[in-house]
Amino acid sequence: MEAARCVTFGQYLRPHFYLLLLIFLRNGPHTVEGVWPLPQTFTSSIERSPLSPEAFYFEYGSQSAAQQGCSVLDAAFTRYFPLIFPDYTGEVAERLLLDLKAPLAKVPVTTTIPSQWGLIHYLTRFYCIPDNLSVSARQASLNAETVWGALRGLETFSQLVYQDDFGAHFYHYFVNKTEIVDFPRFQFRGILLDTSRHYLPVKTILQTLDAMAYSKFNVFHWHIVDDPSFPYQSRTYPDLSSKGAFHPMTHIYTQSDVRRVISHARLWGIRVLPEFDSPGHTASWGKGQSDLLTPCYRGSSLSGTFGPVNPVLPSTYQFMARLFKEVSSVFPDSHIHLGGDEVNFSCWSSNPDIRAFMKKMGFGVDFTKLEAFYMENIVNITSALNKTAIVWQDVFDYHELIPKDTVLHIWKGTPASYQAELSRMTKAGMKVLLAAPWYINHISYGQDWHQYYNVQPLDFPGTEEQKKLVIGGEVCMWGEYVDATNLTPRLWPRASAAAERLWSDEKQTSSADKAFPRFQDLRCKLVRRGIRAEPLYVGHCKHEYQGV
Amino acid sequence: LHCCPLGLLALLLLTLGFSRGLQPGPRDDYEESAETERVFAASKYGSLWPLPQKVKISDVSFKLTGVTFRITDAKGSSSGASCSLLQNAYRRYYEYIFGGSRVQHGAEGRRAGPSVLTELQVLIVSADSECERFPAVTSDESYELTVDQPYAVLKAPKVWGALRGLETFSQLVYEDEYGAKSINSTTISDFPRFAHRGILLDTSRHFLPIKVILANLEAMAMNKFNVFHWHIVDDQSFPYMSRTFPHISQQGAYHPYTHVYTPADVKMVIEFGRLRGIRVVPEFDTPGHTQSWGKGQKDLLTPCYSGDKPSGSFGPVNPILNTTYDFMSKFFKEISGVFPDAYVHLGGDEVDFNCWKSNPDIQKFMEQQGFGQDFSKLESFYIQKLLDIVATTQKGYMIWQEVFDNGVKLKPDTVVHVWIGGGANEEMGKVTAAGYTTILSAPWYLDYISYAQDWQKYYKVEPLNFKGTEAQKKLVIGGEACLWGEYVDATNLTPRLWPRASAVGERLWSAVDVTDINDAFSRLSVHRCRMVERGIPAEPLFSSYCPREYKGI
Repeated sequence: MEAARCVTFGQYLRPHFYLLLLIFLRNGPHTVEGVWPLPQTFTSSIERSPLSPEAFYFEYGSQSAAQQGCSVLDAAFTRYFPLIFPDYTGEVAERLLLDLKAPLAKVPVTTTIPSQWGLIHYLTRFYCIPDNLSVSARQASLNAETVWGALRGLETFSQLVYQDDFGAHFYHYFVNKTEIVDFPRFQFRGILLDTSRHYLPVKTILQTLDAMAYSKFNVFHWHIVDDPSFPYQSRTYPDLSSKGAFHPMTHIYTQSDVRRVISHARLWGIRVLPEFDSPGHTASWGKGQSDLLTPCYRGSSLSGTFGPVNPVLPSTYQFMARLFKEVSSVFPDSHIHLGGDEVNFSCWSSNPDIRAFMKKMGFGVDFTKLEAFYMENIVNITSALNKTAIVWQDVFDYHELIPKDTVLHIWKGTPASYQAELSRMTKAGMKVLLAAPWYINHISYGQDWHQYYNVQPLDFPGTEEQKKLVIGGEVCMWGEYVDATNLTPRLWPRASAAAERLWSDEKQTSSADKAFPRFQDLRCKLVRRGIRAEPLYVGHCKHEYQGV
Repeated sequence: LHCCPLGLLALLLLTLGFSRGLQPGPRDDYEESAETERVFAASKYGSLWPLPQKVKISDVSFKLTGVTFRITDAKGSSSGASCSLLQNAYRRYYEYIFGGSRVQHGAEGRRAGPSVLTELQVLIVSADSECERFPAVTSDESYELTVDQPYAVLKAPKVWGALRGLETFSQLVYEDEYGAKSINSTTISDFPRFAHRGILLDTSRHFLPIKVILANLEAMAMNKFNVFHWHIVDDQSFPYMSRTFPHISQQGAYHPYTHVYTPADVKMVIEFGRLRGIRVVPEFDTPGHTQSWGKGQKDLLTPCYSGDKPSGSFGPVNPILNTTYDFMSKFFKEISGVFPDAYVHLGGDEVDFNCWKSNPDIQKFMEQQGFGQDFSKLESFYIQKLLDIVATTQKGYMIWQEVFDNGVKLKPDTVVHVWIGGGANEEMGKVTAAGYTTILSAPWYLDYISYAQDWQKYYKVEPLNFKGTEAQKKLVIGGEACLWGEYVDATNLTPRLWPRASAVGERLWSAVDVTDINDAFSRLSVHRCRMVERGIPAEPLFSSYCPREYKGI
């Protein structure tokens, strides 16, 4: 592999990750089960090299811009060691050394990283550097432009290592000679969790982040509040959770919980995108913030119930400005999700003050104009805080004049209707995120992962320029029927089907049947890593899940 | 006067009150909006599940503390300290009742006041408590429970009723608004509507670690199920380690060491079940569904032909060889010794005739026997011989409905298991008209999942809703919820089964007129949280919360 010139690709090219992984080896037959999601280019041979947990180490390449002390990679090395050597314990390995002349496989991982990186750069690219350290003949190198690429590469490497069945009392690990150049097809590959309809303990969220990294997801869309409960403990408005959470002590996310989620996610290269959905889906907000919601009327008197956020009061916008100021500083991501979906107009139309406001503004009886008015104000608030807004498609449907950098999130409809929506939105020059085909909370009997796998996100009428505006997709796990008891097996490995669609080349991954054995292998890997990923069909894993 | 415990009421109002304000689903075109509009109130029966036959709850309440409360054998009980089944149950239910709360010694060491309940006395009235026996379809599970001062009394003819009554007692305990354990003065008289209330688990399509099976026996006891139908082997794998034929699991299990049930494992499951009043009925399904048997047992399966040559693949059990029946005799002799239950399930479903048809020896045999081209006659021939073999082991048998449909001669005590959806009512009519006892599974295939609250569908089933005489209806001894294993293993089994199976549990235990779906939702919501607290990851019914959420991951 004098591939040395693995090239620097110019900065002006399409944003991509490149990652080179080289492994030099010895003989031995084995077919690698594969990597999920499938890398963009993958060459492997049957030549394999044994890996010894004692001899194995990670090493920063001498030219690497990141060195010891890089928190993300230092932590990743610690994390990936046991993932690469699943049941390695010092004891047994020592015996291995004593009993045998153990084959030593030194596998330093070289990483080249620019000296600075943002929280997440998805507009980055990697280049390869020459690997001429073939003297030991047993070395792997991983080259990435940023630490985030290095994380993805480590995941890939960990999936390449396998154990042999022979000699059950010795831990034999192998890796085949492999060369991979990889980058994601879409920059936004998200999972939505809903912590309002059911509270999810922090532990459950953290484990989901781990599993996300195993499938190279990079955005955790935290639908943190909604009608049923408000678990986010705001430092500005503590009453929101003390009155609006299911329980003010046990069913909340404290500031330190949120920080923990964000920093855990960061170490896995995952962004945390919070959603504070308004003006609808806010019943729980009203419990701790009086006058925020619209009082509904029955005839000419108050009915005692409340509707969406009251868009006609200045106090509403003062509240929102302060709340979003807090949220903007708590969540470091460049984007914020503002919701804006499913606003029920019947309460607004029952309220005489709202009707008077409509008249004053010249909205007639078109309440979508009132909603648009509200959303515009909210988007302006978050723009002023230097956040880019993401909103559900409803906002665009009602009101096409929204800031050009707003990302539109498609959630509804059949393929025909979301394709039409994709077409319309991108024609208007808007960036789009697709979730409609991946409402994974809808369960059904059988191998429904096929339908998530077979989605073609760019199959809609439009120019090349339009297609580039589709920044990715998201798997949504709404919480009506999901809590910590069943979240994990419902999410995994079904979500991983979408992960491959969003990461891999569509032509190389067009057949669910062809993907099936590799997918089964992934599911067993997840179980091995302690993720309760459910089975795809009859069969078994060498190491079954041991919990209940 | 019926009153619901205050704490429970508060919890439910809190839990369910918001439903009113809910939009019809989160960005969701499929959801039933009517569902969310409903306003649920706490049930006057608290969180009892399944609902006992007769319940009277008064508004007088007592406190219980972990320090003072005891479950004891009543004087005159035919079962005492030597009955470990009961002693284990006392400990188990004490832990269920107080496990979640820390015992505060200083505060609770005081003498019990008049409003404190300190004792539940358990009285087994029948001379033979059956403590050392195995539960059976004829077991008496009735009990009477009185919660009052100076102590509560649980009276049952046999230990089996005492087990059910302990579960009921534990369900009456709730936390008041200060978190103190409380129970209202209550009288309950209870017995099951159906004698056979089963759960089928399939350990062939996926291997289930023993731990998962035991956890589900625990959950079954919480829902008063009393039969674990262990569909232990099938086409895909043969995890049962046979002493007589060890090579079958060596070759036919997914893995000969890690994916098998050893004799000790099986024993453990049976005893664990017995301690909870649960029968273990094993199923060894033949002649179809036997691919995994053939790997370790040569000549057992029919060699299929393509044209005039063996194709290399195999079909159902070969019904024309004497060796087949020798094998079955030995095998079922072992099974009858290993599994103490009076019944063994012999399967007999879904036999594919193509392979038999292709085999020239079978064709010849058909001709000799005068079966013509009717392969169901050959199937009957096989089953008939098998039933005769099993009859010699002194076991009764259960069979899937096809065996009956094909006109095989059955012993009068045979239990016919109705599983084919669409026409199940007609089938129930036919089977009972022929005088056979029957159990129903057709509407309770819980492996078929769908979005939203499908438990309601299972709940609304009425097993006796078929045309027939009173005598016929009496032949329906119960039903089973089946969780076939194609898509289920240890990772997802428990939340998929519970609390959906609980709906079946109430249908099979409670009176015929217990059909109020709102009341059921209210009780089941709290019951599911109770299972979660007891370590069973039972999934939620709808948006809501449990005071103590599942702690696992």
